[in-house]
Amino acid sequence: MSRYFTDEHEWIEIEGDTATIGITDYAQSQLGDIVFVEVPSAGTQVTKGADAAVVESVKAASDVYAPIAGTVLEGNPALEEDPALVNTAPETDGWFFKLTVADKSELDGLMDEAGYKAFVAGL
Amino acid sequence: MTEDQTETHPDDMPEVQVLPLDAWHRAKGGRMVDFAGYQMPIQYEGIVAEHDWTRGHASLFDVSHMGQLSLEGDGAAEALETLLPGDIAGLKPGRMRYSLLLDDNGGVLDDLIVTNVGPHLGLVVNGAMKWDDIAHLREHLPDEITLKHHADQALLALQGPEAAAVLETILPGVGELVFMTAGAFDWNGTPLWVSRAGYTGEDGFEISVPADKAEALADALVADARVKPAGLGARDSLRLEAGLPLYGHDLDTNTDPVSADLLFALTKKRRETGGWMGHENVVRLLAQGPSVKRVGLVLEGRLPAREGALVFSGDTQVGRVTSGGFSPTLGHPVAMAYVDAAHCALGTDLQIEVRNKRLDARVAPMPFVPQNYYRGPTSLSGDTK
Repeated sequence: MSRYFTDEHEWIEIEGDTATIGITDYAQSQLGDIVFVEVPSAGTQVTKGADAAVVESVKAASDVYAPIAGTVLEGNPALEEDPALVNTAPETDGWFFKLTVADKSELDGLMDEAGYKAFVAGL
Repeated sequence: MTEDQTETHPDDMPEVQVLPLDAWHRAKGGRMVDFAGYQMPIQYEGIVAEHDWTRGHASLFDVSHMGQLSLEGDGAAEALETLLPGDIAGLKPGRMRYSLLLDDNGGVLDDLIVTNVGPHLGLVVNGAMKWDDIAHLREHLPDEITLKHHADQALLALQGPEAAAVLETILPGVGELVFMTAGAFDWNGTPLWVSRAGYTGEDGFEISVPADKAEALADALVADARVKPAGLGARDSLRLEAGLPLYGHDLDTNTDPVSADLLFALTKKRRETGGWMGHENVVRLLAQGPSVKRVGLVLEGRLPAREGALVFSGDTQVGRVTSGGFSPTLGHPVAMAYVDAAHCALGTDLQIEVRNKRLDARVAPMPFVPQNYYRGPTSLSGDTK
C-alpha cells in the first residue's frame, strides 16, 4: 500500500490495481464546513485532471479532479448521509471514490507524504 | 455641494484597502479575502460554528467597509426624499429607516439605512457601492446640502440574542433602544453612535466608532465570553436565512422595489405624492403587478443551488437564483430567486438546475428563519417588517 498526493490537495491510496481517492486535511480546512459531496457513479470513466467530484461547502462549490485516469468502482456511499465526514475524517472514512487504475505510470511525479507536507508548509 | 468635502477619488487608492481592524482579524485567526475593495475576514473558526454562535449567543462582525455618510443643511431630508421612496422628513430624531436609492426607471442603485441623527441625517450604504452613491448624491442634491463621508469611522456589528446583555455591560442604558432606533453613547470618553439594527435577523447593534478606537472596542466586546468574532461567510448565511437581500446579487439596477418585494420601503404617502426618482415606473409596476418577483425557495435534499442557477417549471425556464446556499439553522438548502409572477405563489413546486440535475424546490415565505428583533418591553418577538 502506498499513498500519493497531488498539488490539488488530493490523496491517492494504491492497493493492487485499485486507487482510493480523497481530499487532504489541508483541503478540508480550506473549504470549511462541507454540506454536500457529489461523487461519480460506478462505471464512470475519468481522465487525469478532469472533473470527477464536486464538494459543496457552506460558502461555495469546488471541483475535485481525478488525479489519475481509471474506471470508477464506487463513490463513497457514506458521504450522502454524512458529508461532514470529509471534515472530520478526510484522509480515512471521508474518501470520495475508488477506481481501477488505467495506467500506473500516471502516479510518477506525484508527491509522497513528506513531499506533500513540505508543499503545504510552503503555501 | 461644497467642493471642500470632495472625496479622494477611488482611482487614487490602492486596489485593495485594509480596514482599521485588519491586524486584529489576523491575530484572531481570521482568513482574509478581498471583498468590496477591502481585505476582510471570511471566517475565523468556521462559517457554521460562527453562524450557530450568532443565533445562540452574540457575534462581532466588522462592517467597516460600509459607507458611513451624512447629509447636513436646511432641507436635507426633503432633498434626500427626491432620490428615494421613503418618508425621511417625518423620521423622528433617533429613528432609522431602510430605503432604496432608485434611478430614473425605478432600478435599485443601492439599499441603505437612513437615520435622523439630530443635527444631520446619517446614511449607511453598501461598501461596494459607496463611491457611486456619493457621486449620485452629489450630482442630484442641492449645493447647500453638505455631504460628508466619515471614512475615519469604523463600524462594528454585535449580533445575536445575547448582544443586548453584553453591550449593556459597557454601555449602560443601551438596552433601552428598540429595533431601528439609535443614539449617542460615551465609552470611556470615546463617542459612539449605536443603532439597534443589523443584517442577521437577530437582535443586535451596529456601533460607529472612531477608527483609532475600533480595536480597543473590539477587544472589550470579545472579552465577554458570550461574544466571538464572525466573518463574512456567516454574515451571508445569516442574512440569507433572514430573507434579507444582498445588493449586487438580489438587487441591482435591473430590479425595482416592486419586483424585489420590498414594498415596505415604499412609504404609502410617498407612493401617492411622488417627487422621487423612478416614481412613475414604480407606481406603474404597483398598479400592473411586476412580471417577476423575488421569492424564497426551499430545496429538497442537501445540494445547494447557487447564484445564477436557473429555475424551471416543467420544461419552461421561469426564473433565476440570485442568492443560495445551505441553511445551517434549517439543515437544508434555501435560495432567493426572481421568478415569473405566474409561478411565484407560496407553495408552488418548481425545479432548480444544478450541474444538469433538476432539484425540487418550493416557493416559501421569507424569512426562512424567524427574525428576532427587539421591539420594546411589551412587544412580542418576531418581525412583521
